[in-house]
Amino acid sequence: MTLLHIRNLSVDFATASGQFRAVDGVDQDVNESEILAIVGESGSGKSVSMLAVMGLLPWTATVTADELTFDGQDLLTMDPRARRKIVGKDLAMIFQEPMSSLNPCFTVGWQIREALRVHLGMGRRERQARAIELFEQVGIPDPEKRLSAFPHQMSGGMNQRVMIAMAIACKPKLLIADEPTTALDVTIQAQILDLLASLRDETGMGLVLITHDMGVVAETAERVSVQYAGQKIEEQPVVPLFETPHHPYTSALLDALPERATEKRLPTIPGVVPGQFDRPAGCLFSPRCQFANAKCKAEAPRPSSIELGHARCFYPLNSNERAAS
Amino acid sequence: MTDPVMTATALERHYEVSSGLFRASRTLKAVAGVEFALYPGKTLAVVGESGCGKSTLARMVTMIEEPTAGSLTLDGKPVVPEDWASLRKSVQIVFQDPYGSLNPRQRIGTILEEPLKINRPDMSNTERTAKAREMLGLVGLRPEHFDRYPHMFSGGQRQRIAIARALMLDPKVLVLDEPVSALDLSIQSSVLNLLVDLQERLQLAYLFISHDLSVVKHVADEVIVMYLGRAVEKGSRDTVFATPFHPYTKALLSATPQADPRAKKERIKLDGELPSPLAIPDGCPFAPRCWKVQEKCRATRPALFGDAHSAACFFPENSPT
Repeated sequence: MTLLHIRNLSVDFATASGQFRAVDGVDQDVNESEILAIVGESGSGKSVSMLAVMGLLPWTATVTADELTFDGQDLLTMDPRARRKIVGKDLAMIFQEPMSSLNPCFTVGWQIREALRVHLGMGRRERQARAIELFEQVGIPDPEKRLSAFPHQMSGGMNQRVMIAMAIACKPKLLIADEPTTALDVTIQAQILDLLASLRDETGMGLVLITHDMGVVAETAERVSVQYAGQKIEEQPVVPLFETPHHPYTSALLDALPERATEKRLPTIPGVVPGQFDRPAGCLFSPRCQFANAKCKAEAPRPSSIELGHARCFYPLNSNERAAS
Repeated sequence: MTDPVMTATALERHYEVSSGLFRASRTLKAVAGVEFALYPGKTLAVVGESGCGKSTLARMVTMIEEPTAGSLTLDGKPVVPEDWASLRKSVQIVFQDPYGSLNPRQRIGTILEEPLKINRPDMSNTERTAKAREMLGLVGLRPEHFDRYPHMFSGGQRQRIAIARALMLDPKVLVLDEPVSALDLSIQSSVLNLLVDLQERLQLAYLFISHDLSVVKHVADEVIVMYLGRAVEKGSRDTVFATPFHPYTKALLSATPQADPRAKKERIKLDGELPSPLAIPDGCPFAPRCWKVQEKCRATRPALFGDAHSAACFFPENSPT
């Protein structure tokens, strides 16, 4: 069943130098108990689109969408109070930097019990018991003692577990993890990713993993959506995405991975991601694309068919193999 | 083989950590007993998790901090604090964050000329400018960038500027402290290519510090794996990646995500986290997290052994001969 249903989502920021479109016409579906990864470089709008779903964007942002529903409820027309009841309960998020997203003035136990009090209205004893249970679930040793620790007394990996415990406290239907392991070491990263995957198996929640690390995507995700400069440019299940990418950007990004290198010089993508003032007229990737022609530079491509991974490209790659098979 | 440009013997760095007004301060051993040699045109990579002493090592090599014990030599001459000022120009560093390491109020030209102004007072203004412009070309930037400010550049271009600045004094050793981890994937590859080009042209010795094993696998000739301030494994890139001896290296390799969804995942799960560097276990520092641990490991600390490829472990994985 579709948990999150997004059609034509755009986010504009009012900046001192005019409107800036951070997310541009993104369509996205997330089903129950699936792991969707959203990958992209910095500035690709991957975090902003999910923050828009959560309703956590600042007032300078204007969110527009044709459809934006979560679990059958329309988030666009919902009144803010009703939305506040969902956010943090059925729809939860883990942020990138555990150190700066926890409140340094309160113990982690207080912060996790607050979620239980506000959303579930549990009594004091119940809250304490549930908090201990949650800490055990995310693998924090000695939970009773750790509940009275402040964020600065714990390591980054432990704080990230606290964030996860807090996010899953109310058994969310959908968990959005925004670069949950970027600030952590690889051995801790492996622990956290296994934890997220096992929580999904146990509770059947949907999981959206926002990341820029292709390795994490390959090992964890089931479906992958690639974003570039605010647009979703391709979406495929994980294995075909890595084997037969359809958009030239996806393909170039995969070729640039050091571990795929066959010689000392790596293939590169020339140029940089377009910013506010140098957005090209046609395809956003055309200035950096090795296959671009006059048509690409003049006209913006529409997403193609599902067989071609919805690639926003006039000349998708690996299209013959697909058609033949 | 050519002579090494720089060697380090039994390098140690301790810090005094105060634990309260009336209590004796404790000693934190950030780096203990690290040895290596850097050769011209070769890259030595130091890998390890946060807190393993990689950055302290970089600070000692660049003569920002004095080793507590052990010695460094540069071109066969010992590195002592009295000679630091004259030796520093041979060892330069590129930092991780290109947004923080360039002065936002200086133009690129000024940034590049500053090392010459300080270290080569004999040089005339025109010579300096000529050299800075030449360096700009060498790192792949255009001449018109000379009069611009850092905020006008992207992350990758800034890292190129930081590399150019480090090369202004014709150093022999370049310390690269996580040079690409702040960069996006599409930019990362071009900066790595630049580093490879420069090394070939200028025969630089690189000390490449990183936590990203896929990058290290690509650039390194030799690898040192550090854990809690100690080298636990050392060897050529191919042998360390193909047949890791130390269980920690093996765990680190298995924890690094591979960008191949079909790859079989035999992840070794390490329990727990890095112990506090103030309370390093008596025996093998890795013993509390190791799955092969025995009594001997907790009691005595294994030394590095093996010739070309060595590891500090009593019960190594692919046993060294």
